[in-house]
Amino acid sequence: MFSAGAESLLHQAREIQDEELKKFCSRISKLLQAEDLGPDTLDSLQRLFLIISATKYNRRLEKTCVDLLQATLGLAACPEQLQVLCAAILREMSPSDSLSLVWDHTQNSRQLSLVASVLLAQGDRNEEVSAVGQGVLRALESRQPEGPSLRYLLPIMAKVVVLSPGTLQEDQATLLSKRLVDWLRYASLQQGLPHSSSFFSTPRARQPGPITEVDGTVATDFFTVLSTGHRFTEDQWLNVQAFSMLRAWLLHSGPEGLGILDTDDRSEQEGSTLSVISATSSSAGRLLPPRERLREVAFEYCQRLIEQSNRRALRKGDSDLQKACLVEAVLVLDVLCRQDPSFLYRSLSCLKALHGRVRGDPASVRVLLPLARFFLSHGEAAAVDSEAVYQHLFTRIPLEQFHSPMLAFEFVQFCRDNLQLFGGHLGTLRLSFPNLFKFLAWNSPPLTSEFVALLPALVDAGTALEMLHALLDLPCLTAVLDLQLRSSPAPSERPLWDTSLRAPSCLEAFRDPRFQGLFQYLLRPKASGATERLVPLYQLLQPMASCARVAQCAEAVPTLLQAFFSAVTQVADGALINQLALLLLGRSDSLYPAPGYAARVHSVLSSQFLALCTLKPSLVVELARDLLEFLGSVNGLRSRASLVTSVVWAVGEYLSVAYDRRCTVEQINKFFEALEALLFEVTQCRPSAALPRCPPKVVTALMTTLTKLASRSQDLIPRASLLLSKMRTLTQSPATSSMHSEEGAEAICTRATELLTLLKMPSVAQFVLTPSTEVCSPRYHRDVNTALPLALRTVSRLVEREAGLLPG
Amino acid sequence: MVHAFLIHTLRAPNTEDTGLCRVLYSCVFGAEKSPDDPRPHGAERDRLLRKEQILAVARQVESMCRLQQQASGRPPMDLQPQSSDEQVPLHEAPRGAFRLAAENPFQEPRTVVWLGVFSLGFALVLDAHENLLLAEGTLRLLARLLLDHLRLLAPGTNLLLRADRIEGILTRFLPHGQLLFLNDQFVQDLEKELSAAWPR
Repeated sequence: MFSAGAESLLHQAREIQDEELKKFCSRISKLLQAEDLGPDTLDSLQRLFLIISATKYNRRLEKTCVDLLQATLGLAACPEQLQVLCAAILREMSPSDSLSLVWDHTQNSRQLSLVASVLLAQGDRNEEVSAVGQGVLRALESRQPEGPSLRYLLPIMAKVVVLSPGTLQEDQATLLSKRLVDWLRYASLQQGLPHSSSFFSTPRARQPGPITEVDGTVATDFFTVLSTGHRFTEDQWLNVQAFSMLRAWLLHSGPEGLGILDTDDRSEQEGSTLSVISATSSSAGRLLPPRERLREVAFEYCQRLIEQSNRRALRKGDSDLQKACLVEAVLVLDVLCRQDPSFLYRSLSCLKALHGRVRGDPASVRVLLPLARFFLSHGEAAAVDSEAVYQHLFTRIPLEQFHSPMLAFEFVQFCRDNLQLFGGHLGTLRLSFPNLFKFLAWNSPPLTSEFVALLPALVDAGTALEMLHALLDLPCLTAVLDLQLRSSPAPSERPLWDTSLRAPSCLEAFRDPRFQGLFQYLLRPKASGATERLVPLYQLLQPMASCARVAQCAEAVPTLLQAFFSAVTQVADGALINQLALLLLGRSDSLYPAPGYAARVHSVLSSQFLALCTLKPSLVVELARDLLEFLGSVNGLRSRASLVTSVVWAVGEYLSVAYDRRCTVEQINKFFEALEALLFEVTQCRPSAALPRCPPKVVTALMTTLTKLASRSQDLIPRASLLLSKMRTLTQSPATSSMHSEEGAEAICTRATELLTLLKMPSVAQFVLTPSTEVCSPRYHRDVNTALPLALRTVSRLVEREAGLLPG
Repeated sequence: MVHAFLIHTLRAPNTEDTGLCRVLYSCVFGAEKSPDDPRPHGAERDRLLRKEQILAVARQVESMCRLQQQASGRPPMDLQPQSSDEQVPLHEAPRGAFRLAAENPFQEPRTVVWLGVFSLGFALVLDAHENLLLAEGTLRLLARLLLDHLRLLAPGTNLLLRADRIEGILTRFLPHGQLLFLNDQFVQDLEKELSAAWPR
């Protein structure tokens, strides 16, 4: 394991000086030149590898050294360890302009493979990828089909095709397709000979037996990756590799543009083809061109895998492989059907049966996702009852398996990647958001960014309010899921819940029949259309707030809220915006009591409230009564300071006839009174240990808004002036030094003075504080010459100077 | 296909650890296409970029692993295993997957599958839309092979100067980044071949 000794070794490797490195290189050069391939060289090369790889900066090696490393790769009789190290060193140096490796046909395929790994690491600056591809193809062609070690070369082909899809000529691709058909379909069904048969073993013992299935029975059909034995022949190896690269080959080996049919053409073709193809037509006897033959063989291979996966494997490793094979088979069938719709009919019957089998097996749940994707892509043409598939997928799976991190990730990826395929089922997806949120609540670190990308698709005007509530209650959901796992009757081998936290009172509450309704609401699988106040649960679940998982979820919520709001404002109409604003204000004081949660959420809510007001300024007038109520109820001001500031600012900005003709003087007066009372309360309260001091920003915002309102309803001006001068004296008194910091007190004082001077000239005040819309262009606050604070200061100075000029 | 495989350090959560996350070994299978760079030091910058990409992945895996360990409430993993003969229950080791968006840090969007074993993290950087079940299985297999053949559980050993063995394992079990469908017997066969070529 990584110890202090290793740390110092790494440090040494990084800090080695150029001089020392030069000496080391020349030593290695001497060893390699002398073709000394013993343990000394091995040791030195290992150190050289560490030196090169330990640092991200380039290390200059001597040219002779580099050349010798390259030459060693080509040596005929060299231990594998050394050649592998040379290749690794050259690869770690890449991309590099000082390499001059050449593809040499005389080398054996293991060496060629090492050379290829170095060349492919150069980044295709000089068309290395296609050179390697051509080299491999020539090597594949030149050898006998049963030649040794072709299996080192085939993976290179796969890599080349993925890195650079158009690199093969049509005839080359065809040729390789033919070979792939041979390897996939006609691999031997006898086990291979042992590597070394001993002198004493009897002839019968040396006879290889037949290949078996994973459950021990003798193989019933052609060889696949799920066939086992004790030793394997070369062509069986190639079978494994051919299948491993099959999907990539099918996708990328075609000439550009001939891979997948266009969606519109496809559905038409699928429909017409289905009516022509009969269920029993088999193309085995017909002579097909190589690419079509490969597809046919691929289809048969997948069918066989699906059948083989039904067997009960004797070993755990094989059982895991069966599931991976199922996933791959479905993926390959999907590609085949997209390339050639005639496979659709046969695939569907096979996959429908598979779906029925896999549905009830919780261990195979991850196979359901590619199956669902298949039905999504092709279901229309074949009239599959995909609704039932999705119901099961979105309703049952998240409820039961939310705790599995890999499934959660794949599920959310499935939703994200296939949005355009959902079509009519998008509604099902949207209504299932409570279930999807379970994945998010339990596995928030890896899934937060996924959900930020997914939310725009999930957000819908009909469920927006319910979703906002759900997002705000997400940490609560995490806690409840934990409790659900604790109280479930069938525990797994290892507890899935947080074992470091004991919460007996919470468990009791979870089982209490009085709260069942609320817990069931929180755990609901679908959007219910109604909202429940979960306030009673907050106190009950408070002990769970120290649970790490709950805290992680709480940290993710602000980001999700931002994403939600940017999505919902795209689809919200005026009424919904009002409701969202009310929800914001209403929920701001009822949040799950996780440490620091409320503060972070408030800061998001306050900026989002302003965003809503900017989007729809008239909401201030429309919701005047509710806003008044909010301002009157704020006795825990300190805890919602940011939100209150936003509301106050919005009132000052948008409560005017310019933004909504329905604004009345009465409303302005009422707000004035409410804000006056609030200012009074805020400034009179002594700070204590429980209530931190009120931020000066709140005070200045209140004063500015009061002035703005006064400038619109000019009867209020005397009251406002009185208030402002009181504020000014207050800040200068010694009693307030305990309430505000010096800068804070100064800021309040300055602002009060500026506002007072403004109010002395009512019409100017109106212009400055309530500019008409023509004046109020977006540059208003950014343009230095017209910024409000600057305007205030200028006016103040003008007035003071005038006052100074007046006699007396 | 696999774009890269890396092994890095995992520091225990909840401890005051001022060290950095170190990449102990990394192997990139074929490079991302380098943008056309007429400047003379383009190759060096590409290499620098590649190294930084790998380090970024390692750091992210480390924080994901740490968060998962904290969330499950397990005590911080013993950095040293109890005994060198202990069969490490890899099926229960912390593991997960996450996606990397395009340009951040790789040009193409990629998926990372990771596994944490004591103080080492193993990760595969995959192309998007790979068979994750197969990737997970392969990663577990690689971890098991590395632990066995490099005797990583024995005190005092490390893998820094054993790159040749790591390369030997990778060329057989993950050749050029190709995920292989290997059933148990094939794995045993390959292991025998490996032991023959690399006597312990």
